[in-house]
Amino acid sequence: MNEKEKVIRVKNMYKKFGDFTANNDLSFEVSKGEIFGFLGANGAGKTTAIKILCGLSFPTSGEIKVAGFDVYTERESVKRNIGYMSQKFSLYEDLTVFENIRFYGGIYGLSKAEINSKADELLDKLDLQHARNKMISALPLGWKQKLAFSVAIFHNPEIVFLDEPTGGVDPVTRRQFWDLIYDASRAGITVFVTTHYMDEAEYCDRVSIMVDGKIEALDTPEKLKKQFNVDDMDQVFLSLARHATNIE
Amino acid sequence: MNRFIGFLKKEFYHIFRDKRSMLILFGMPIVQILLFGYVINTDLKDVQMAVLDHSKDEYSAEIINKITSSGYFKLTENLESLEEADAVFRKGNVKVILVIEPDLGKNLIKNTAGNIQILTDASDPNTANLEVNYLQGILQNYNLEINRGKQTPLSIQAKSRMYFNANLESVFMFIPGIMATILMLVSAMMTSISIAREKELGTMEILLVSPLNPLQIILGKVAPYLVLSFINALVIIGMGYFIFGVPVLGSFALLMAESVLFIFLALSIGIFISTVSKNQQVAMMLSMFALMLPTIILSGFIFPIRNMPIPLQVFSNIIPPKWFIIILKNIMLKGVGIEYIWKETLILIAMTFGFIGLSLKKFKTRLE
Amino acid sequence: MQVLKYLLQKEFLQIFRNKSMLPIIFVMPILQLCILSFAATYDMKNTNLYVVDKDLSSHSRELISKFNGSPFFTVKEIGFSEEEAEDELFKDNIDAILVFNNDFGKSVDLRTQASVQVLVNAINASSAGLYNAYINSVILDYNSGIKPNFVGVAQGVPYNIVQTTYSHQFNPEMKYIPYMLPGLLVLLVTVVALFLSAMNVVREKEIGTIEQINVTPIRKSQFLMAKLIPFLIIGFFELGLGLLIAAFGFQIPILGSIWLIYLVAFVYLIAILGFGLLISTQTDTQQQAMFIAWFFMVIFLLMSGLFTPIESMPEWGQKLNTLNPIAYFIKIIRMILLKGSGFFDILREIVILSVFALVSITFAVRMHRKVS
Repeated sequence: MNEKEKVIRVKNMYKKFGDFTANNDLSFEVSKGEIFGFLGANGAGKTTAIKILCGLSFPTSGEIKVAGFDVYTERESVKRNIGYMSQKFSLYEDLTVFENIRFYGGIYGLSKAEINSKADELLDKLDLQHARNKMISALPLGWKQKLAFSVAIFHNPEIVFLDEPTGGVDPVTRRQFWDLIYDASRAGITVFVTTHYMDEAEYCDRVSIMVDGKIEALDTPEKLKKQFNVDDMDQVFLSLARHATNIE
Repeated sequence: MNRFIGFLKKEFYHIFRDKRSMLILFGMPIVQILLFGYVINTDLKDVQMAVLDHSKDEYSAEIINKITSSGYFKLTENLESLEEADAVFRKGNVKVILVIEPDLGKNLIKNTAGNIQILTDASDPNTANLEVNYLQGILQNYNLEINRGKQTPLSIQAKSRMYFNANLESVFMFIPGIMATILMLVSAMMTSISIAREKELGTMEILLVSPLNPLQIILGKVAPYLVLSFINALVIIGMGYFIFGVPVLGSFALLMAESVLFIFLALSIGIFISTVSKNQQVAMMLSMFALMLPTIILSGFIFPIRNMPIPLQVFSNIIPPKWFIIILKNIMLKGVGIEYIWKETLILIAMTFGFIGLSLKKFKTRLE
Repeated sequence: MQVLKYLLQKEFLQIFRNKSMLPIIFVMPILQLCILSFAATYDMKNTNLYVVDKDLSSHSRELISKFNGSPFFTVKEIGFSEEEAEDELFKDNIDAILVFNNDFGKSVDLRTQASVQVLVNAINASSAGLYNAYINSVILDYNSGIKPNFVGVAQGVPYNIVQTTYSHQFNPEMKYIPYMLPGLLVLLVTVVALFLSAMNVVREKEIGTIEQINVTPIRKSQFLMAKLIPFLIIGFFELGLGLLIAAFGFQIPILGSIWLIYLVAFVYLIAILGFGLLISTQTDTQQQAMFIAWFFMVIFLLMSGLFTPIESMPEWGQKLNTLNPIAYFIKIIRMILLKGSGFFDILREIVILSVFALVSITFAVRMHRKVS
């Protein structure tokens, strides 16, 4: 892989809250089009890291470039090139499906015609045309999450950050959600996803596992399983997490 | 029971931990009392006055001097002609203009009567009235002075005695009003918003499926505000008594009992509002408009109910603070006992049960 | 610009879709304006008197009939016992007692000093002052009626007096509604603007959508602009509705320029909304935002001159009040409506309000954090 294709470059990133170090010397790179899994127990520092990468939070120190832009000085350029879907639900419950799409498309500067045609495409793909004018609050959780993901990549970002996107939904919907992720990845969008479902880790191209604010392992799922000499990611995770102190 | 105590502890902790809100909840009554006690005043003072003195003799000078040295009026402008009057009023600061006729002194001595015209800016009718009254009073004194030694005409005099508030302190009336507004705010507004908040964030459902029964949940929610309100009531009465000398002539125990009754009423109104509002904003705006403004304006706190048009006087009967303010005035300032206020007390009790009943009904239909 | 358009579209959709809020924003304030304008009055109408007439002379009866004839007083009862009268005072059935002792008539006839005892319920100090003043003026009036019989012009000693006449400008009928309604209108517009803006941004924080906004390239100023403009329009709308009601419902003459009122309202609302948004960006929950907004609202309101004259406050209170935006707007709207004051009459106030607007909006934008 050549240099140009690294869309996320993190070197010695620290984030401290008083005495507590949430991110301790993180270093990693993510390539274009890759599905990068960011694993860790609750409280391991995943959300803190993702917020720094998205420009929602200042790092304490370290060199961080996202989509080729510096998160200290070119924050707004970073934001133009990323999509984000948070743990908390990010669509407006009191707006309809189409109104949400139009709103997010609009604030990224898409033209009216673009918004309309892309919205149709998106709704067809998700099979949600019938719900076009329904309030978000009236949709089942699985639909909302698929929609939220589609809205997060509506403006064709280089990278999309997903913070525990599949929390609380059933396995079938999760599987469908991952199909969307694959589609996005094939279209050249880099996917940076945090999760604590270990079966999902298997779907990633590479995973990193965080324990107590540090990255303890980083490789493809196959290599990790081989390295720890176990059958699945669950066991990889457990053998690492056993030493953790910050598990909630 | 242990579960309930645990829940109660959580609720207390939740409210008392929020330092900013605490500061405001306790700071509010203190600031309000200080404002009413020291800043807000209905007495006339330093009214800006302009003079159009056509006479410019020693008598007019003396009269102007008398008026300005009273402390009620302060001379800020001398006019040259009556045409200026309108412009001066329009600028907004001068509230009254004194027009002194030419040759005032001559007329006064030779013809026994001099004339002064008072022009007021009556866009504020209350102040305008007071200005005329005060100016006439000052001039009457002046008349007495220049005629000293002569036989005065007979006049019937009114010997006034002020009941319940001998020195006419405005703070006497404000303390009961502040009590009512603060207890309303803390009890009704806060309760309605905090329950609406649980609804909005979806945590109410979690509470409802917990082993706690709905009554315990509501009790747990309102208990902290009951305590807060009670402390506020004590602070208000204490400040009134120790700083401004507002007495508690009647029974202190009765006063406290009535306050607790009113707090319960306010809490039940808060619960009712929360059952009819979907989210915090609705609860807040409802409390604001349905409770706060009527509490200030329709309860007799600032404006006497007797001066209102008849339909509004009738309407004021459904404003709970009206009755509480009557009770407070009776106990604190008149020193009477329950035999004078049992009717008002019964009304408050009936209202409390009424709101609890309405809330229960509303709550049940929602569950179905 | 295009971004702002989409932001505004979203805000308006959310406001107008919130069916339970609409009546509260649009109907309640107007309803309150209509009701409270009647209630907020110091106009003395039904002052109830109890007369204890132990004298029963023609003089006492004549004076009582004077009170009966006055529009301010209603003689509720005439009795003989001071205790009974006092009891009525305790029960709040009456506002004042007049006592004629049994030597009253004789004193008047003998031309010695005669007096009437006046006992006033003084819990409401300002009302008590007015009762007293009005009672005195009825008695003065009566005095001037009997004077010619006694004044000693004939005895050769002229009695010199300064006489006064008065005229009430701008409001000769001394109506309260034209005075109170504009002030209440300002209050209601302020409540709606301040509370809606204070609770808005923090609401997005509470439900979590703010994060989604913060990862987009939207500028802070655009975001806050989109929050401010809808409330500005709502404020304008309500002000207009209130003025229409004032002009056509209450027949209040509007002497000054409506455009001038709107110019001031524009500056004023930006100051208030900026302050509301500042509160919103500095709090974590709607409840907190509401507390803080309420706290300032009460102080601003009580010191605004709406209920009590600002001139009556102590010097330091008046100094403090130079920071009170509500006081300026109430003063200005009364001046424009009732006195027809023009732009240059209120220039100073407009400049001050503009400074407030600038400061509050700058602070709101600067203190708003997209990044933690």
